[in-house]
Amino acid sequence: MKKILLLTLILMAQVTLFSQVKTITGAGATFPYPIFGKWAYEYEKITGLKLNYQSIGSGGGIQQISNKTVDFGASDSPLKSEELNSKGLIQFPMVIGGAVITYNLEEIPDLALNLDGESVALIFLGEIKKWNDPRIAKLNPELRLPDKEITVVHRADGSGTSFLFTNYLSSVSLKWKNLVGYGTAVDWPTGVGGKGNEGVASYVKQSEGGIGYVEYAYAKQNKMKVAKLKNRDGNFVEPSVESFKMAAENARWDKVDNFYLILTDQSGKNSWPITGASFILIYKNQENCEKAKTMLQFFDWCYKNGSKYALDLDYIPIPENVYSMVENLWAEKVVCSGKKVWSN
Amino acid sequence: MKIPFSKKERTPFEVLSFISAIAVFSIIFLIFFALLIESFPAMKAFGFKFLIGLKWDPVRDIYGALPQIFGTLTTSFLAILIAFPVGILTAFFLTEISPSYLSRPISIGVELLSAVPSIIYGMWGLFVFAPIISRRLIIPIKNKFPNSPLFEGPPMGIGILTASIILAIMILPLIVSICREILLLIPDKVRESAYAMGATKAEVSFKILFPYAKKGIIGSAFLAIGRALGETMAVTFIIGNQHNITTSLISPSSTIASTLANELSEAVTKLHTSSLIFLGLVLFFLSITVISLSRYLIYSVEKNSGSRK
Repeated sequence: MKKILLLTLILMAQVTLFSQVKTITGAGATFPYPIFGKWAYEYEKITGLKLNYQSIGSGGGIQQISNKTVDFGASDSPLKSEELNSKGLIQFPMVIGGAVITYNLEEIPDLALNLDGESVALIFLGEIKKWNDPRIAKLNPELRLPDKEITVVHRADGSGTSFLFTNYLSSVSLKWKNLVGYGTAVDWPTGVGGKGNEGVASYVKQSEGGIGYVEYAYAKQNKMKVAKLKNRDGNFVEPSVESFKMAAENARWDKVDNFYLILTDQSGKNSWPITGASFILIYKNQENCEKAKTMLQFFDWCYKNGSKYALDLDYIPIPENVYSMVENLWAEKVVCSGKKVWSN
Repeated sequence: MKIPFSKKERTPFEVLSFISAIAVFSIIFLIFFALLIESFPAMKAFGFKFLIGLKWDPVRDIYGALPQIFGTLTTSFLAILIAFPVGILTAFFLTEISPSYLSRPISIGVELLSAVPSIIYGMWGLFVFAPIISRRLIIPIKNKFPNSPLFEGPPMGIGILTASIILAIMILPLIVSICREILLLIPDKVRESAYAMGATKAEVSFKILFPYAKKGIIGSAFLAIGRALGETMAVTFIIGNQHNITTSLISPSSTIASTLANELSEAVTKLHTSSLIFLGLVLFFLSITVISLSRYLIYSVEKNSGSRK
């Protein structure tokens, strides 16, 4: 009996201990999960704040924040203004990433292949079937392209990477827009679907003549062959931190409501065309004032001090001109019991 | 409902076991109703057309499940076609032929096969098995029969055939262990009378024991199909996940379970989620039908042999 009593006491003590530690919870996209984890780890060392982030996918994140089971949601694709307003949410970009095109051709080294939106769209529509097709050859006058079949590989699971990729194809190819459209999962006209970046990567690796798209960070960490892409300004650019950053900086965030901006096919001399931001969703009307403030402080720290951690993990941090707009939005919109939570 | 024990016997132990049994039993109904309610929007939107529709287009919110149903049935059928002969022969070996010092380690080995988690089969299938299948099986066959419609498409080693072989490996332990149990149930006097007549081991196995235990053995095959129908992770990795109906064994396809695993977490529209749950309901019905059939067949053997239920 005594033992049981003791055990109960210990358990209760732990419970009270736990409630003293501040925790914020979030759920959503899998893409930013590693960097959220890193930021949270570094921030906890300074402040003791814990972040509990469940990477269950953007769809799940939107559902969880709508049901108010978490403090913030994260989505790889922005929500439209009507949906945000009807739920009382605001959204802002937290980190930038993008997709790159990878291929498996023995005779062609990394970054030697040039592609443009139209050719990529036709490849993924199944209309360009061979690597030596004139529509690819004219972009690569100095290459000797092999007479090989193209094997198209796409993501099978719904993902933010697919969203960006198909959104890019929709904005550069009318045919793609009409036949397929864009979304986290689409009705792929041809090819095979791999599960996750690793699935796509290994399918491409296994088929000579394969082409697929993966997240930039994944391609870089696994030293995969990537193609250069022609951007809106007509230059062939290679995917790099600079070219992603350029796309984010050149985007006209001030012209849109609620940061509803997909960064694909942005102008700018060196902008990488398949770029996108991962978004955070929070309520305009916060219920717990202290928690709301803590949460915004954490995001603020991530913007201002988190860049180097992001770059270490091959994510692109949000440029300063963009995050100052975000913080203005907090100051303007986020309230708790009638009072503003954030001031610049 | 009549409680199956009298008032005097209603000890806490008996009441608790009764409640547990009812709880376990009712879970299946709760799952069924949850699936039914959640899939209602998709039923309303598509009705019967859902089952025969060919297009699965999340962008335009049009959903038809025939490709996934086709993929599920094809891979399960091929898997049982591969696993059943191997499984039954293994069971014959273990019960009729093998000396006891061999049958024990083999039985344990077969059981270990069933303890390997599904995801491991998926990873192994993707990184190791698919390339081997492509090089050693598909490319040689393609060279020999270049125009065969069964082997049309690039030899990536991913698709219906590879998925079926992996599934066959996964359901093999189930077939072996059930067949072995059933063969052991056959009274020894049946075997002995056959051997006394001068029958060989093959004759005893195929002409005496197999007909004797036929229903149960076929029941084990159905049970194995039931497992193959719902297998998710391993299949998702190696089937290629393309919603299409094809005659080619090496082209990608998708199954109900793999579609659910791929799309549920990122399904944004209500109709998409609902359609996925409707798919789940279809799978539920397929599995329930197959498993009931297998139970019935196995039960009828056990009743004949007069053993305990």
